[in-house]
Amino acid sequence: MSALLEVHGLSLRFGGLLVLQQLDFSVQAGTIASLIGPNGAGKTSVFNCLTGFYRPSGGRITLDGRDLRGLRPHRITRAGLARTFQNLRLFREMSVIENVMAGRHCRSRAGVLAAIARTPAQRREERAVVAAAHRWLDFVGLRGHAERSAGNLSYGDQRRVEWARALATDPRLLLLDEPAAGLNHDERAALVALIRRVRDELGITVLLIEHDMGLVMQVSEAITVLDYGRKIAEGDAAAVQSDPAVIEAYLGRDEDDAR
Amino acid sequence: MTATLRRAAPAILFVVLLLVPLVASDYQLEVLTNAWLYVVLCLGLNVVVGYAGLLDLGYAAFFAVGAYTTGILTARFGVDFWATIPAAIAVACVAGIVIGGPTLRLRSDYLAIVTLGFGEMVRIAARNLRITGGASGLVGIDRPHLFGLKIERIGQFYIIFLLLAALAWVVSARLQFSRIGRAWRYVRHDEDAAEAMGINRVAVKLAAYMIGAVFAAIAGCFYAAKMTAISPETFSFSQSVLILLGVVLGGMGKIPGVALGALVLAIFPEVFRDIGSMRMLVFAIVLLLMMLFRPHGLWPERRH
Repeated sequence: MSALLEVHGLSLRFGGLLVLQQLDFSVQAGTIASLIGPNGAGKTSVFNCLTGFYRPSGGRITLDGRDLRGLRPHRITRAGLARTFQNLRLFREMSVIENVMAGRHCRSRAGVLAAIARTPAQRREERAVVAAAHRWLDFVGLRGHAERSAGNLSYGDQRRVEWARALATDPRLLLLDEPAAGLNHDERAALVALIRRVRDELGITVLLIEHDMGLVMQVSEAITVLDYGRKIAEGDAAAVQSDPAVIEAYLGRDEDDAR
Repeated sequence: MTATLRRAAPAILFVVLLLVPLVASDYQLEVLTNAWLYVVLCLGLNVVVGYAGLLDLGYAAFFAVGAYTTGILTARFGVDFWATIPAAIAVACVAGIVIGGPTLRLRSDYLAIVTLGFGEMVRIAARNLRITGGASGLVGIDRPHLFGLKIERIGQFYIIFLLLAALAWVVSARLQFSRIGRAWRYVRHDEDAAEAMGINRVAVKLAAYMIGAVFAAIAGCFYAAKMTAISPETFSFSQSVLILLGVVLGGMGKIPGVALGALVLAIFPEVFRDIGSMRMLVFAIVLLLMMLFRPHGLWPERRH
């Protein structure tokens, strides 16, 4: 197996606060991996470093051997790394289909002059963008909602729009930041199925941050545990659950919550 | 039936407007020509403010760039009018990159300050340089020739400015419903989410800023040719504010609304000319009422 994502010695400092300290971890191609840890352990900071929203103070991040360090967020997305946000970040006043079409921006190329001239190539591309966006809406189960305003959908459906939008960028690695937050029981079950379909049918590697331990243990094949910005354990679900450091830092402290 | 009518309406309206010189007086044509000029300027600024959500307080500077490029090249160097248009576009693009390039990396608020300064810089430079004719302005700008015919009557300029306004409308509409038009909306709504979708926020904003600059520069070229004399005070801060007013008045981002705003801007003071200096007061009151009761502009909102 080869590592799709490799993180070496990742450090992040905000003033005197060390948010991430010498973090090493990797995600193998074709797996569903999770990043867990107590609140404030630095999970979302890791995502923000990976996607270029934070500039790490040290370390190396490579996607399939390509160095992502110093790249701006849009370049990283173009390189094949897509994300969803912990708090939904949809374009709420725009239609669902337009939201998903945003994901196709980096895989299309028509410029200003092509738009003004309405060249045949530009029109063909526009049609392809719309068609692709519809396919992704079908994939996440939102057929028939294309023309609705994104902000008017139910919370669970807004999450689906976010997945469709992220998938539309044709990622190799999909980062999901707390995908189960705020979902009801049925929506959560649908999420598990969706994560598996993304990997099995599309061959996209998935890395998720999640507080719902049941979901993490159910879907992940590899788990990295963070506490205070350090890696304290890694392995499969069974190994992590029986790791004394993890139990002490996390599961031991609020076992009731974790079940 | 209604759908066909709606599609045909702009074309019918355009043909009717083309026929106006047959019946209108020179004074009326003068006012309407000025109105078409403002339609071009307001639609250009609408790309910057309405589409991309960037506050530009020095838009008249690009209008000046166009007018002075044509003025200097024809009056001082004897260049043919039509050849000055590409030159004006090039100068506007360079100015757009110089001003927008560094500023658009920052959050949008800074752009308002920088563009405000740029607007004043251009006006003051035009006031003080010898080549621009200083405070008294530039005179003797050449009238354009088209197919051997010299364009000099107001009816001819009316047609030219109407064509420019129609062109600005079509270009605006095509941009709005295109990949770049969507990118502007994404960036306007949520810069971070747009970047996470692979959109280059700086490049997209710069494109809007430069397209706006080109609209104004082209308007400036034809303005100079029509007036044959230009002076720095035409391109003051209040001119920038007036154009911005037209955009906001009609409804940012909505083409028919912005065009309507521009028409109101140009025609209102003329209609109320009889009440003398009171008309600006009346205009101000109308604007205040507008902002209170129709904050999204004259044109109705589209509902989902």
